[in-house]
Amino acid sequence: MSSEAPDSPRFRYVSRKRRTKEDRRFIAGEGRFVADIGLPGMKHVALVTSPHPAARIDAIRTEEALKIEGVVAVITGEELAQATNPLMSGLNLPDVRRFPLAVDRARYAGEWVAAVVADSRYIAEDGAELVEVDYDPLPFVVDAEEAMAEDAPAVHPAHGTNVLYRRKFVYGAVEEDFAAADHRLAFRACWGRNSTVPIETFGVVAKWHPGTGTLDVWASIQMPKYPEQIARALRLDANCVRVHYDVDVGGSYGVKRGIKHTVLVGYLARKLGCPVRLIEDRLENMTGGDAHGPERIFDVEAAFNGDGEIRSLRLRALDNVGAYAGRAPLQLAKPIGAIVGPYRIKSVEYEAISVTTNKTPQEAVRGFGQSPTNFAIETAVDKIARTLDRDRVEIRKRNFIRKDEFPYTIPSGSEYDSGDYHTVQDKVLDLADFPALIARRDALRAEGKLAGIGIASCLEPSGGNAAFEPLFNPANETTTWMESCVTKIDLAGTVTSIMATASAGQGHETLVATVTGEELERDPDGIRVVRSDSLASLPSNSPVASRMAIMLGGAASGAAKILKRKLIDIAAHNLQLPADRLVYEGGNVAVRDDPGRSLAWDELVEIAHRKYHQMPLGMEPGLQASYVWEVPKGGELPDAAGRVRMYPCYSFEAHIPLVEIDRQTGQVKILEYFIGHDCGTMINPDIVHGMIYGGIAHGIGAALYEIFAYNDDGQLLTGTFMDYLLPSVHEIPDIKMVDHSTPSPLTSMGQKGTGEGGYLGAPAAVASAVNDALAPLGLELNALPMRPGDIEALLRTKSE
Amino acid sequence: MKPREISVTVNAKRYRSEVPPRLTLVDYLREVLGLIGTHTGCEHGVCGACSVIFDGQPIRSCLMFAIQADGHEVETVEGLAEADGGLSPLQDAFWETHALQCGYCTPGMLMATHALLRSNPDPTVDEIKEAIGGNLCRCTGYQQIVEAVRLAAKRMRGAHPEAGKDTIDE
Amino acid sequence: MKAAAFDYIRASDIAEVCQALNDGGPDCKIIAGGQTLVPMMAMRLARPSIIVDINAVEELQGIGGDESSLVIKACTRQAAAERSPEVRAKAPLLAKALRFVGHPQTRNRGTVGGSIANADPVAEIPLVALTLDAGLVAESAGGAKNIDISGFFHGLMETSLAPDECLTEVHLPVWNGGGVIGTGFQEVSIRAGDFAIVAAAVQLVVDESGVCRRAAVALGGVAPTPLRIEATAEALLSSDLDAETVGEAAHLAANEIDPGGDVHASAEYRRRCARVMVERAIIEARDEALRRAANP
Ligand code: FES
Ligand code: FES
Repeated sequence: MSSEAPDSPRFRYVSRKRRTKEDRRFIAGEGRFVADIGLPGMKHVALVTSPHPAARIDAIRTEEALKIEGVVAVITGEELAQATNPLMSGLNLPDVRRFPLAVDRARYAGEWVAAVVADSRYIAEDGAELVEVDYDPLPFVVDAEEAMAEDAPAVHPAHGTNVLYRRKFVYGAVEEDFAAADHRLAFRACWGRNSTVPIETFGVVAKWHPGTGTLDVWASIQMPKYPEQIARALRLDANCVRVHYDVDVGGSYGVKRGIKHTVLVGYLARKLGCPVRLIEDRLENMTGGDAHGPERIFDVEAAFNGDGEIRSLRLRALDNVGAYAGRAPLQLAKPIGAIVGPYRIKSVEYEAISVTTNKTPQEAVRGFGQSPTNFAIETAVDKIARTLDRDRVEIRKRNFIRKDEFPYTIPSGSEYDSGDYHTVQDKVLDLADFPALIARRDALRAEGKLAGIGIASCLEPSGGNAAFEPLFNPANETTTWMESCVTKIDLAGTVTSIMATASAGQGHETLVATVTGEELERDPDGIRVVRSDSLASLPSNSPVASRMAIMLGGAASGAAKILKRKLIDIAAHNLQLPADRLVYEGGNVAVRDDPGRSLAWDELVEIAHRKYHQMPLGMEPGLQASYVWEVPKGGELPDAAGRVRMYPCYSFEAHIPLVEIDRQTGQVKILEYFIGHDCGTMINPDIVHGMIYGGIAHGIGAALYEIFAYNDDGQLLTGTFMDYLLPSVHEIPDIKMVDHSTPSPLTSMGQKGTGEGGYLGAPAAVASAVNDALAPLGLELNALPMRPGDIEALLRTKSE
Repeated sequence: MKPREISVTVNAKRYRSEVPPRLTLVDYLREVLGLIGTHTGCEHGVCGACSVIFDGQPIRSCLMFAIQADGHEVETVEGLAEADGGLSPLQDAFWETHALQCGYCTPGMLMATHALLRSNPDPTVDEIKEAIGGNLCRCTGYQQIVEAVRLAAKRMRGAHPEAGKDTIDE
Repeated sequence: MKAAAFDYIRASDIAEVCQALNDGGPDCKIIAGGQTLVPMMAMRLARPSIIVDINAVEELQGIGGDESSLVIKACTRQAAAERSPEVRAKAPLLAKALRFVGHPQTRNRGTVGGSIANADPVAEIPLVALTLDAGLVAESAGGAKNIDISGFFHGLMETSLAPDECLTEVHLPVWNGGGVIGTGFQEVSIRAGDFAIVAAAVQLVVDESGVCRRAAVALGGVAPTPLRIEATAEALLSSDLDAETVGEAAHLAANEIDPGGDVHASAEYRRRCARVMVERAIIEARDEALRRAANP
């Protein structure tokens, strides 16, 4: 790999090659995932699911199932709905009610209709087979455009329409800019329904303690405000739910939200008086797991000048959210925070339409709607270049926001913190030896092959403040999305930090230890980081929105700084000198002009923990600090036009793949992949690089392989790993990466987010490469995934 | 069906258990023996998360019933460590190159590549890819995994025991 | 995703297998490598009441035969066949195709006979067996019988094996004389290691003057069973396998078939890929033969 880690002398531990804290346990097989939690007397759940995309549920007969030895209970939607509140929705939709088990009506094939509890998962499945359900099939609709028709079957009749959300935002002088531009173009781009599909399915274990009135929950979770949502649905006080965050999560990338699973299992645990576990099997996960991702049709118009200046964009995004809303429609809102990409585009119109259909519901997917939007924007830029017969890189550079223009406010109100897009673009061009890469493509073409280079340069908004919630739902006035950290130095002088969220491979323990170690100047290897439970911890909003390096990193810095201050104050008191005459070095405090006079870490710790008589007057004994950090520049509600400051930090990535297409079979092979990346200060370069490699692989899946495909009968056709095709090592090229660091002025160490990196541009880049390969034939394809059959069918139109 | 007695050697230790015939090998390892390092991702033979070594060869433990392992030998991630409890060179290389994120696919990756290095101490990149071609990882994009296996192979061959601490340059 | 309950019999010889099948009735199923059966059972698409495990039957393992035929015992692991010098020498087409079969971990467990008996229309091994006109041997309590592969594949994952029969041997004829052998195996799949969308297998004999003296061509993924494409094979005979002849022969293959479509590939895409795969496989086989003829 040709990566230049910016080895900033500013830092001792940050930005340096360091082994992570988490990996050690996983390589020894000592990860503790939810399926590893075994409790005495634990029972297991299997689901009975609807075979119909829409049906009235007339009757459910459970007697036969209950006769099986080992089956403990069977519950239905009716029972559960009586005992619980409907699940929360991101939009204000009182008539789109959702419970963990269908009530009266099933709205998609695979929806949970009843749950069987048994001594083992094997027996639970035996029971599920014997639950008899009388269905009365109803008309259904799976296509978003059809669902918008007047006479379309209503997914939620009480709501009156299948449109859950629709608003057109006009930012700036769109009409005028379009009228004044030299050229206009319009096209449609489609983003297929895919998702993150972690290798671990969702799982949850719950145990009710009647003696304390608490519900203990262990889950494979990545969900903001999870304990509160469970409590609300279960009609419990929030402080009755204890979520254990020390469960390792086997991948999530957004989707592990499992509220319905948890409400079901929590209810069962309480009702049955025993621990209950539900680990989705892969079939349940793919259909009834409610974890599909965005499925979008973009209608795009661009207005631009002959010199390549992009003046304005119109984007209409129609999203098929599936059978229930949840938070998923908000995935249309987040992209507003980067709606012009990295470009100086002065005006933009964005119409967001969320439509419900009889498909599996969506969940949050890596980037929360940004990657599809980046695909639409980047496709537009490519088409502008092609229209003008200009180089695609040149057009981008012509329109990139310049380094000296930051902070830069985009028409929709967000402020980009910092960036140096031109330099990162140049670095990746150098890395790829772009002229040589073009020569290679052209040589392949000369051999009669279809070869293409992809260009995609885009943003990763990070550190979210959830401003999209009030934007799409005025009843919700959320303007903070804080994160917390507690750090203590114990009597023995060792440091422990406590975070309040589960982790799914993002390396949060390494993050906290590195940042805390940096602030306290103590070796991160010796710092322990624990993930507490929800009752014992300060607020967290979970590792969504590429936010943890910024938010948890900021909170850890804040807590450590308080401790450092305290150590200096103790030293000042004991050395009888003002603090500004002292220096803190590696945890010891010395007199600046007289380094021989000092107090060592151990002595300071000893004073704080034992010698109250040596403490400054009124100082709290012990060494502990907590810090809750507000999102930088958060705290505002949207204005009437829908302008709002959304995310604080913006990472940048520039992708350049080279692909070859088999003319006869339509198969795409990625020959080379280059990426330049800037997420400000990298706390741990290996973690950042891993995220980007993984994100690109995920994006390649979205571009070429992965789709939740439905047939005309409303059935999911790709519900197993045999049909839903995650890329294997054979499909992922050797990726070459170059780093750049434009620190964010808003964060504790200049860091920005990277958890969605790679994924946010790879689908656009691969699509761009395919279209570059097709361009000499005058063909183009703007629908993902681009599967061999689709490409071959297109090629055939030319050869016939 | 009534449980049947089996005797299986796992990580060089003999276990006698009663199992129903339909219990898969992976469920046996996890639920009966408590060896929870082996994971399941699909239970239908595609993801490779459940990879273990069976009579010396890597296989998918969700595609076998425990009763079929009666009289056979199984190796799992729990058996990878050195005799003194330290990490094996392969495990250490995974750590060094950060060849994992969530760690869920990791035991399967380790077993697949452990078997590879046992039979082929000097694999090419293509051979490494072939060995893990049936192991899905959603986190890493595989790059650091391939790097880890190359690093481990290099160190195990002892060619340059100290060389290439951070990256492999060839 | 857990199998329904079943009873289990571990057989130690063929007689025991046959006895168990005989006693067990139609819901009794053999498990060999289990790489297809176990997922089907896990999804409860298959629910045998008894499974008869043949993995411990030594008589069913091994590779042998003579000058004229390579004999692979049914329960021989695919990985063992892949590593076998005998397979490479006598059935190079199979050796080539095995590299496309699943992944190392499934080949370590999956068996040659199991794949044939399973009769997946897109599986590589049945396709090769059909291409080479394999002879099969099956045994039941009533004794052993030879099965001609041309009548073996009945329909989608259906064969002429009776429920009480166990496939025991696969005989692959060794092509001797008349010239040099060349083999071609080509497939389109979406990911490496997946079942093919379409696969083509070709084996040719080319004489010293470069004329094709013998040819066998078959396709997988274009019908409910693998399919021999006689018209294509015939078109190649006596030709010197020039581009035009090959192209026309491949075209004939596309005309012979009536594939179905699914979520991964339309019928039309399959048909067109079939032509391309056949063409490429013939060229691969021809070039290999010519190369070998040049450097014997
Ligand atoms: S769990 Fe065995 S292969 Fe996926
Ligand atoms: S490390 Fe998460 S799936 Fe591989």
